[in-house]
Amino acid sequence: MESMRGGLTKDKISLGNPADDVLVISLTGSWTSEDQSPDEHEITGILGSGSRLRTVRFDTSGLTGWDSSFLTFLVEISKYCSQLNLSLETDGLPEGAKRLLKLASAVPERQGARKDSRKEPFFSRTGGRALRVAASSAEALDFLGEAAIAFATFLRGRANFRMSDLALFLQESGSQAFPIVSLISLLVGLILAFVGAVQLATFGAQIYVADLVGVAMVRVMGAVMTGIIMAGRTGASYAAQLGTMQVNEEIDALKTLGVSPMEFLVLPRMLALVVMMPLLCVYADVMGILGGLIVGVFMLDLNPIVYLNQTKGALSLTNVWIGLFTCAVFGVIVALAGCLRGIQCGRSASAVGEATTSAVVTGIISIIVATAIITMACNVLGI
Amino acid sequence: MTGSEAQITVSDLDMGYGDFILMRDLNFTVGKGDIFIIMGGSGCGKSTLMKILIGLKEPSRGQVVYGDVNFWEADPQEREQIMKRFGILYQSGALWSSMTLAENVALPLEQYTSLNRRQIGKIVSLKLALVGLAGFEKFYPSEISGGMKKRAGLARAMALDPEILFFDEPSAGLDPVSARLLDDLILELKESLGTTFVVVTHELASIFAIGNNSVYLDVDTRTMTASGDPRKLLAESSDPKVRNFLTRGEESAHAQVL
Repeated sequence: MESMRGGLTKDKISLGNPADDVLVISLTGSWTSEDQSPDEHEITGILGSGSRLRTVRFDTSGLTGWDSSFLTFLVEISKYCSQLNLSLETDGLPEGAKRLLKLASAVPERQGARKDSRKEPFFSRTGGRALRVAASSAEALDFLGEAAIAFATFLRGRANFRMSDLALFLQESGSQAFPIVSLISLLVGLILAFVGAVQLATFGAQIYVADLVGVAMVRVMGAVMTGIIMAGRTGASYAAQLGTMQVNEEIDALKTLGVSPMEFLVLPRMLALVVMMPLLCVYADVMGILGGLIVGVFMLDLNPIVYLNQTKGALSLTNVWIGLFTCAVFGVIVALAGCLRGIQCGRSASAVGEATTSAVVTGIISIIVATAIITMACNVLGI
Repeated sequence: MTGSEAQITVSDLDMGYGDFILMRDLNFTVGKGDIFIIMGGSGCGKSTLMKILIGLKEPSRGQVVYGDVNFWEADPQEREQIMKRFGILYQSGALWSSMTLAENVALPLEQYTSLNRRQIGKIVSLKLALVGLAGFEKFYPSEISGGMKKRAGLARAMALDPEILFFDEPSAGLDPVSARLLDDLILELKESLGTTFVVVTHELASIFAIGNNSVYLDVDTRTMTASGDPRKLLAESSDPKVRNFLTRGEESAHAQVL
């Protein structure tokens, strides 16, 4: 292959020295991107070696076709010639190529425009990252504070947002989330019951599957599952909505009108989730218990009434309240994570994608951390 | 330029991002009723300058004075008071995509006036009719063309009868006839309402048709190299770059041929 290419190349270029200080490059055949054309290195070596060389000319009488790949070859040669202070005579080139070559060198490269690709030293990179973490934490805290102020304004009845927006968000994060919440909670209930049933059956204590599923769902799993579903579903959608508004200058338009984006955009989204998440949580609990019931009845041959009575006995109202409180906290977390990332979004399509990803990641991490904190707090307080 | 009182005075303004200074030492005055053009090649910071004027971005140094209030040193309430007198047309229209055109135009009115719903509805229809969009009240921004979005954005910017209208590239993306109609509309508003305009553009036809005051930002020297009536600049300026810009580079093309 190499040798064949070499052969082809030699066919297309030949060099002549009509005088001691003149080099004539004869180019023949077809020079398009589909043909294999030689690259400039084959010529530049020769140009550099001849110390008496002053002028470079072209002879293209045998050239049958050319396109941009021919031009890149010429541009490289011309750059090399100006480095070596050789004069390049373009008279022998095709008329079109001559003009395009002139056009390409018409506007000189802007100084400082080329991006610096210098590698940053390790410590500088680490330090830069640490500073960025600090800055982004400060930004998140700022956002949290502004959200709190907006909420206080809402409680005083002075918040500035559209009721129709709130209604839309209530619908989107409420009834429209039913199908996925049903499916996931039902399956989680089923799985919990299966895992429990295998263990409990060895003691002949199958009936306690009802306790296990009931308490686990109501106290934490219902809330966590709802939280994670909503982070992936609604949190991501909030981040994408606000991110796109950022790209379209819509948020700028609100700010310059003196409308606070915090009240107008973030507040209704937060309210919708805080109201809807506990309701979804109750629904998820019921679906989870139903999942456990299915396993209890069809796999363990328990009587449905007995199963439900056992569940009722195992649950206390405290469990329910803890679950609902946890889920309301998740509502705030999901809404804030989504809106924060949306507002921070840069002004490009890929930035919207990053904002969405980051909203889901932030949401899920915060949910897990919050669950741990609430569980530990309940443990310490003895609830 | 027009000899009238100053509406915006910019002095010793530097603008930049972080350590990077984009433009320095900007000094100019926009008079009441002027159509003030911010012009210059791509990437010279025209839009950044407008962001500073409308309160979206803080300058690195220097002052922007509206009337006799120092805009960036005023407290937030006072700044908001000044911003209420602005109308802004963004490059892409920046209509709120979740609202209809009527709701878009109505929002500023609901915010800052005590008009009732019916009166607001009437004003909205009037503003939309002024920009040639009568009957499009119930359309969403995604359902209309780019030029229509721009005109709807103008209707929203005019909703509160602002004292100063800022335009970011008004004719970008418009066909020549629509661009001409927009220019006529600007002149009409200036005559009938006495509105001051600050227009970021590099459309030569518009610059000469409407502008009576201007500033030219030069990329290479990173400062302003000319200001004043663009037609006078064309006739009198000796700066080759300004002449080159105002003649679409034809003078330098001639020079090259000769």
